[in-house]
Amino acid sequence: MSKIRFATVWLDGCSGCHMSLLDTDERLIDLAQRIEMVWGPLVDAKEFPENVDVTLVEGAISSEEDLHRIRTIRARTKVLISLGDCAITGNVPAMRNKFGADAVLRRAYLENYTLDAQIPREVIPQLLPVTRPVHEAVPVDFFVPGCPPAADLIFSVLSDLLYGRAPNAAAKFG
Amino acid sequence: MPRQKIIIDPVTRIEGHSKISIHLDEQGHVEEAYFHVTQFRGFEKFCEGRPFTEMPSLTARICGICPVSHLIASAKACDAIMAVRIPENAARLRRVLNLAQMVQSHALSFFHLSSPDLLLGMDSDPAARNLFGVLEAHPAMARDGIRLRQIGQQIIEWMAGKRIHPSWVVAGGVVEKLTAEKRDQILAVVPEGLAIATRALDWFKQSMEQFREEIRTFANFPSLFMGLVGADGSLEHYDGKLRILDAGGRIVADGIAGADYADCIGEIAHPWTYLKTCHYKPLGYPEGIYRVGPLARLNIIDRCGTPRADQEWAEFRELERGAVLSSFYYHYARLIEILYSLEKIEQLLTAPEVLDGNVRAHARANNSEGIGISEAPRGTLIHHYKVDADGLIVWANLIIATGHNNAAMNRGVLQVARHFVHGNKLSEGMLNRVEAVIRAFDPCLSCSTHADGRMALEVELRNAAGEVVDTLVP
Repeated sequence: MSKIRFATVWLDGCSGCHMSLLDTDERLIDLAQRIEMVWGPLVDAKEFPENVDVTLVEGAISSEEDLHRIRTIRARTKVLISLGDCAITGNVPAMRNKFGADAVLRRAYLENYTLDAQIPREVIPQLLPVTRPVHEAVPVDFFVPGCPPAADLIFSVLSDLLYGRAPNAAAKFG
Repeated sequence: MPRQKIIIDPVTRIEGHSKISIHLDEQGHVEEAYFHVTQFRGFEKFCEGRPFTEMPSLTARICGICPVSHLIASAKACDAIMAVRIPENAARLRRVLNLAQMVQSHALSFFHLSSPDLLLGMDSDPAARNLFGVLEAHPAMARDGIRLRQIGQQIIEWMAGKRIHPSWVVAGGVVEKLTAEKRDQILAVVPEGLAIATRALDWFKQSMEQFREEIRTFANFPSLFMGLVGADGSLEHYDGKLRILDAGGRIVADGIAGADYADCIGEIAHPWTYLKTCHYKPLGYPEGIYRVGPLARLNIIDRCGTPRADQEWAEFRELERGAVLSSFYYHYARLIEILYSLEKIEQLLTAPEVLDGNVRAHARANNSEGIGISEAPRGTLIHHYKVDADGLIVWANLIIATGHNNAAMNRGVLQVARHFVHGNKLSEGMLNRVEAVIRAFDPCLSCSTHADGRMALEVELRNAAGEVVDTLVP
């Protein structure tokens, strides 16, 4: 069996979904036999490659860079999976929508005991006015819910994909 | 030769999203270097209006790697708002949970993220320079890392019901007592964890010789060090008072209560990064820059307080006459802390009182303000909240380990770049070292601002007009 080209992406989330993937523990070693991790937080790769079979996306879309990145990823990925509640609903990162990007930046950089108080604007990507779930930016093929999704659920979805089965319907909603 | 700028975007195998820019002068010498943290979340604002009792679970979502740290610091801030002294066994159980997290988070940093550099080499093929490459080349070491992380995570799951974002730590204590079965389960895996930690330490110590150049240049400079210490000067992650030490090993300040943090810690904002920089206020900036985390903790203490860790600590302190200054030794300190954490878990769990059922105090909001401080894997963590008469959050300030280290990381990037990077020839390996100094600090950028994980490496050499003159393809 040839290895599937696999990527993981971390947008505006806490990395808990990635940690839950690592919580598959020794099953990771079996997974490594069947997947080639071509891009993601655990590997060094130059840029998001072409012809990726499966990409797991953790996190919501919060900055211009997130938006740009998810569009590239979608164009180069066959099966795109929203992993966890931030990717699926916006969840905790979207709590800032009630206040707006300006108010959250002002609190952190102008109001809270800061010397040289200023909102950073150079070199770094700017926040979008609102944080949105991934499927509002690009089409998503499967949704794996949870905060974070349980390691067993992630493993079962990946196993289904590896053996060419459609992932369990319970893992899809929305 | 025109002035040039090298961008490493993004920095890979760290917890969060960032990039590094290196500025070269006309001779191709490194002039300046910056570590840019590129994402921001806004917890300090969007917590407004939430009941304070939600804060532990909400702020745990700052970080999936060290959610327990946020649970602990947040719950302590909530204890202060309730104006309660929590039951002794609640503090004991929180302490065990915090130590279990130290084990899993340090294992992740050392094995999953940094061991590819250390085992496969800084200059090795970037396509295989990852955990899966280590699994191929050094399977026993990779399996040790996966297992050690699992042991830490499993202890968290057994105690708190869930590995990531458990809701067991609450304002006033913890939700339920520890059963004898669970205690025995935990005690049964400790020896295996200790054996793995000892193997890793032995390997690290005998491999140090091959990293002499990195040890000499990886953020190796005088600075202050800060962290909590126990009342008897021992290693402390849950309670204790702040101590600040200088590079010569002299105590600059001691016995500072967490509630007084604002007297000694100042934050500075920069236009080019979302990560604020901390400094020791009495000395100002930049004289007052300090480091936190495993290296700082092992520098400031008088002893660890457990037998095997104390033995390793004594050897570690032999490295230098004063404080141990090279940030490469963060790795070393992290391994000693794993050993300590496992020994300490064993000590705490063998006390008969650990099964005591009185584990939670109940009260409404009795104070309008609360400050919680603890040691997270990456360093001192501070949660500071203000509430209204109904106990709803009206203001929050969070100071996270990685912010304390920001100045030192920036200085470290410059030091490594000056030593290894020469503008007329670029190699992937030299730029990987610039990233590796960041990995040594084990920053958690999802904590400090927030993060993304485009863990790729892209290097462009641009001339002064901004045109790409060379692109490095690893």
